[in-house]
Amino acid sequence: MAAVNIEDRAGFKPLSDAEAGRVVHAAKRRDFLFAILGVFVLVLSMGMLTALIVDLLIDGLTRINYDFLTSFPSRRPAQAGILSAWVGTSLVMLTTALIAIPLGIMAGIYLEEYAPKNWITDIIEINVSNLAGVPSIIYGLLALGLFVYTLGLGRTVLTAGLVLALLILPVVIVATREAVRSIPLIIREGAYGMGADKWQVIWHYILPAARPGILTGAIVGLSRAIGETAPVLTIGALTFIAFLPPSPIQPEFPFLNFDWLTSPFTVMPIQMFNWISRPQEAFHINAAATGLVLIAMTLTMNAVAIWIRYRLRSQARS
Amino acid sequence: MPEANMNQETYRQSEFARASDPHAPAGSRPNAISDTLKADVRGLSFWYDKFQALKNIDLPIAEKKVTALIGASGCGKSTLLRCFNRMHDLYPGNRYEGEILLLPEKQNIVEKGIDPIRVRLKAGMVFQKPNPFPKSIFENVASGLRVRGIRDRAVIADRVEEVLRQAALWDEVKDRLDQSAYALSGGQQQRLCIARTLAPEPELILLDEPTSALDPIATAKIEELIEKLRDHYAIVIVTHSMQQAARISAYCAFMHLGQLVEFGTNQTIFTSPKEKRTQDYITGRFG
Repeated sequence: MAAVNIEDRAGFKPLSDAEAGRVVHAAKRRDFLFAILGVFVLVLSMGMLTALIVDLLIDGLTRINYDFLTSFPSRRPAQAGILSAWVGTSLVMLTTALIAIPLGIMAGIYLEEYAPKNWITDIIEINVSNLAGVPSIIYGLLALGLFVYTLGLGRTVLTAGLVLALLILPVVIVATREAVRSIPLIIREGAYGMGADKWQVIWHYILPAARPGILTGAIVGLSRAIGETAPVLTIGALTFIAFLPPSPIQPEFPFLNFDWLTSPFTVMPIQMFNWISRPQEAFHINAAATGLVLIAMTLTMNAVAIWIRYRLRSQARS
Repeated sequence: MPEANMNQETYRQSEFARASDPHAPAGSRPNAISDTLKADVRGLSFWYDKFQALKNIDLPIAEKKVTALIGASGCGKSTLLRCFNRMHDLYPGNRYEGEILLLPEKQNIVEKGIDPIRVRLKAGMVFQKPNPFPKSIFENVASGLRVRGIRDRAVIADRVEEVLRQAALWDEVKDRLDQSAYALSGGQQQRLCIARTLAPEPELILLDEPTSALDPIATAKIEELIEKLRDHYAIVIVTHSMQQAARISAYCAFMHLGQLVEFGTNQTIFTSPKEKRTQDYITGRFG
């Protein structure tokens, strides 16, 4: 190739001041238009959410008081409360968390670290993701057939905990895998390079670093489970419960009691569903109040997760 | 370069009769050295799946000396270094052929029957980018001891202080051992990683471009540290810096396209290399 004379740059000149100004102006306009669009979309979606919550607040806030939280349901709306519903929800969520979180973490770690990379693993992986999209009522039907009839577990807290655990298991598995996969390669190689075995690498180096991600997945899953109505309805949770399950804690040895697992129960979404379908206006207000308590429980759960994540992060940093 | 250079060196056949090595092509240089050997690479080839990254490498590693691996990017020097602690076993499809004998046991550490964990317990590695664990400074150094099953807290604490002093880091961190290692600067992190590697008393220290992510001052400190350590350990270092290789190494191996082109003492390689490719590389004419 012949040497190019640097003087021969045909047609290309440095931008003039005016031209540079035009380029910058166009860029700024694009940014401005996109920012406007972003604000609009944000206001629209946040506005709708706020409206929903404000509506609930206006309807339900007056109804929330000590009596509402400590009374059983009643035929008379003014005396009805949600004691059995929130206790039921708490116990079912406890069961769900105790089943889904350990199982999900173990399955996620197995798939990510131990499973051989072959077509069977591929099929399992694809199906785990697909399971997250299966409508929840299908899980309800499965639970009705398997847990209630075949295994004879009845319409109990345990059955509800199991079905909700199944429902959120894919979420926990996927979150665990993502969290484990996001650990930088150099940390992994550093740990293996010292002579650590697989179990030590996973237990001492990968799991601690993956904890925030796994926790987020678990909370997202539980937040979904707490509001689920269809599968719990399908297994036949009762809508009118005027007693509490036995307490999980007792004063005598061994201090823990698992009789509550086999107790009939109701949960808050079902209580809401039940009240909403009554004709009396007063029950609708009760339902709104229950909704507020449900939202408060979900937000509390999220807040605790954020706090734990913050603690873990500052532990790793400071 | 004339063959006469061979005679200027005090070559001695190593305790292994290389002449009888079945992998060695006829008439190849014996690569023998006068120092005691810590490891001996013999006819080593390595494949990433179907790609052959190392071709029939012969390389002695001297005890209590620095051996530098130099060569252009992609020549296989890091691949060779990672063979020494079987890092390649972490990924499927990788294959070794030939031997890396660890002395004095004459154990072939790339043999299939040898568990990579056994090898890594003996050969510690420091990586290109400082990679402290997301734990405290103390725990980072202690981790290698814990992996070896040491539980006695007093023993661990003593050893942590000892190696932090060896790594010239103790004075900078002694008041904040329980702080996260991420609070340290890049150079301090790399010295911490070296301390972590020293803690369990390895037989072989592998340094994979340990200063490539550091500024000149931090680099100087690491080099100073290597100069201290080389009286006590067999060290293999991969480096892109000719000056660094010239400054700290006793032996130097030049690699090109998966082959070991030339091996010799620091002086031979940097003042009178036999191969033209070596000379071109160290004078910056290619690579």
